[in-house]
Amino acid sequence: MDNLVTIKNMTFKRGSRTIYNDISLNVPRGKITAVMGPSGIGKTTLLKLIGGQLTPDSGTVEFNGKNVHAISRNQLFELRRDMSMLFQSGALFTDISVFDNVAFPLREHTHLSESVIKSLVALKLQAVGLRGAANLMPSELSGGMARRAALARAIALDPKLIMFDEPFAGQDPISMGVLVKLIRALNDSLGVTSIVVTHDVTEVLTIADYVYILAEQKIIGEGTPEQIQQSESDLVQQFLQGKADGPVPFHFSAPDLSEQLLGASS
Amino acid sequence: MTTRKTEILVGIFVLLTIAATLLLGLKVANQGMQANGDTYTLKAKFDNIGGLKERSAVKVGGVTVGRVESIELDSDDFTPVVVLSISTQYSTFPETTSVAILTSGLLGEQYVGLQPGFSFGDIENLKDGDFIEDTKSALVLEDLIGQFLFSRDSD
Amino acid sequence: MIDWVAQIGARTISKIAATGRAGLMLFGAIFALPQLKNIRLTIQQIYVVGVQSLLIIIVSGLFIGMVMALQGYTILVDYGAEGSLGPMVALSLLRELGPVVTALLFAGRAGSALTAEIGLMKATEQLSSLEMMAVDPLRRVVAPRFWAGMISMPMLALIFSAVGILGGHFVGVDWLGVDAGSYWSIMQATVDWNEDVVNGIIKSVVFATVVTWIAIFKGYDAIPTSEGISKATTETVVFSSLAVLGLDFVLTAIMFGIE
Repeated sequence: MDNLVTIKNMTFKRGSRTIYNDISLNVPRGKITAVMGPSGIGKTTLLKLIGGQLTPDSGTVEFNGKNVHAISRNQLFELRRDMSMLFQSGALFTDISVFDNVAFPLREHTHLSESVIKSLVALKLQAVGLRGAANLMPSELSGGMARRAALARAIALDPKLIMFDEPFAGQDPISMGVLVKLIRALNDSLGVTSIVVTHDVTEVLTIADYVYILAEQKIIGEGTPEQIQQSESDLVQQFLQGKADGPVPFHFSAPDLSEQLLGASS
Repeated sequence: MTTRKTEILVGIFVLLTIAATLLLGLKVANQGMQANGDTYTLKAKFDNIGGLKERSAVKVGGVTVGRVESIELDSDDFTPVVVLSISTQYSTFPETTSVAILTSGLLGEQYVGLQPGFSFGDIENLKDGDFIEDTKSALVLEDLIGQFLFSRDSD
Repeated sequence: MIDWVAQIGARTISKIAATGRAGLMLFGAIFALPQLKNIRLTIQQIYVVGVQSLLIIIVSGLFIGMVMALQGYTILVDYGAEGSLGPMVALSLLRELGPVVTALLFAGRAGSALTAEIGLMKATEQLSSLEMMAVDPLRRVVAPRFWAGMISMPMLALIFSAVGILGGHFVGVDWLGVDAGSYWSIMQATVDWNEDVVNGIIKSVVFATVVTWIAIFKGYDAIPTSEGISKATTETVVFSSLAVLGLDFVLTAIMFGIE
């Protein structure tokens, strides 16, 4: 299978805490790959590693056949024009309008005339259904609209890869549905590769082509959505069904409660 | 994107700065003698220069005609040499001109006072780099008091 | 005990590392200037840090000049030296108060805003997203703000001094009755362009570098939480004020202290 992103035996530590221990993962070209896992295991970190903002302690990350961490800063910037990232907060520039936000990458990286930029931006905004909001400021948008505007900005330069960081977090069911539809539609119509990092199981299983589940520094399950749902791993099942206790314990690791209480009284 | 309004306001800011600089340059600071450059130098030896400093004024009858450019110590006879830079506008001081270090008021700044001498037919004017021979040193208050006490003792 | 020593060591190392990051950031910002797009961004930032500080600078300059004339007059008139009011006001403003007070006001008005703005851009992932769009945040965000600060502050200091001298004229001459001719002419005889005005400008450029640098670095290096940003903003004002006052002493000693 033709892979756009290949991660091989990657280990990443933050301080003394290990985030990833020797994981390998492939993102097939033109497909939607979902990366799921409980909160706080560093799913955003994974995207930053692919984007070259963080460097792994060992192992390699390849994008389109190039090792992201073995090239110069200029080459990395060149490489990043082919990828874009949709941040959890949208990360729109708050001091310029929606239109200028979407036009921003075009103005930075191309020498197109202002009239061409205007029509391109209109097309991108049309794709996310926000053409009418072009002149609003980001502060005037709702959370879901801000994320869609950021999506329009992310696809402005027609990237090969779009990375979605928790696109569904904190969204009402309608905007969630809109985003699900948008991710699928963009993937199909533009032929881009998508990585969706999320913990919203039901939504992502409807659109993903391939799923990885991360927990405890490792990949604990992978496969197509059907394979995942029939997985026999306790961990995977706990995550999919949202059980409070299981292999992932309810309690943060702590000394025994009775010991602590008795110890304090004596 | 830069809007028209910001551009105009930044322009006003720049104009205000230029106005402030002009005010400081023309009205507040005196750069006349150094700026127009047309000066010539005269030198004078004093026994004691008191509190005279570089850039002190050189005056003729109260009119500033130049500034003290530098003060050095002659390495042979250990007397201070004061170099005066005088505007070329006033270039006709005769050789008989005398020079003194004076004080403006009781506690004021010290300055160099030029006293133009009489010019007869064969007396030339002072030229660039000439020494003024007739000098009167600064009045040093401590010396004056000392002299006063000494003269009382000898009575 | 060993813990304590180790802690001091760790603190020192992290401070040295922060200094290194600050140096690298300054380097990146300084060499990021020559681009037409950035000049436009810089003008935009001059508007934000310069033009928007103009009012506070003019009002403060006016009042400080007026107060100095009032104070100076009551002292000088006892010695019959009220003619020296002009040089007193002008020299204090040009040599000290202009650069120093402008820098302190600038740190409070524009420096804290720069820190908070950049810190919030970091917290809301705007800086990250710039990086992911293959746009260097040093070039796009930091450099224009740095240059705007560098350019604006000496301009503000000049305006401050000029307005202060006019304020002194207003109180000293128009109100207290010092002779207008002697106010200006004795000032003119005493104030020297190179010695006083240019040295004041040099001071102001040094302060501008330091204050803007601290403000930008504190924002860029802030911990991206509301607490971290508020701490960074406070530190900007405190550190840059201390740096300005300390540097002022050093610069004064170099410029005016030794004959």
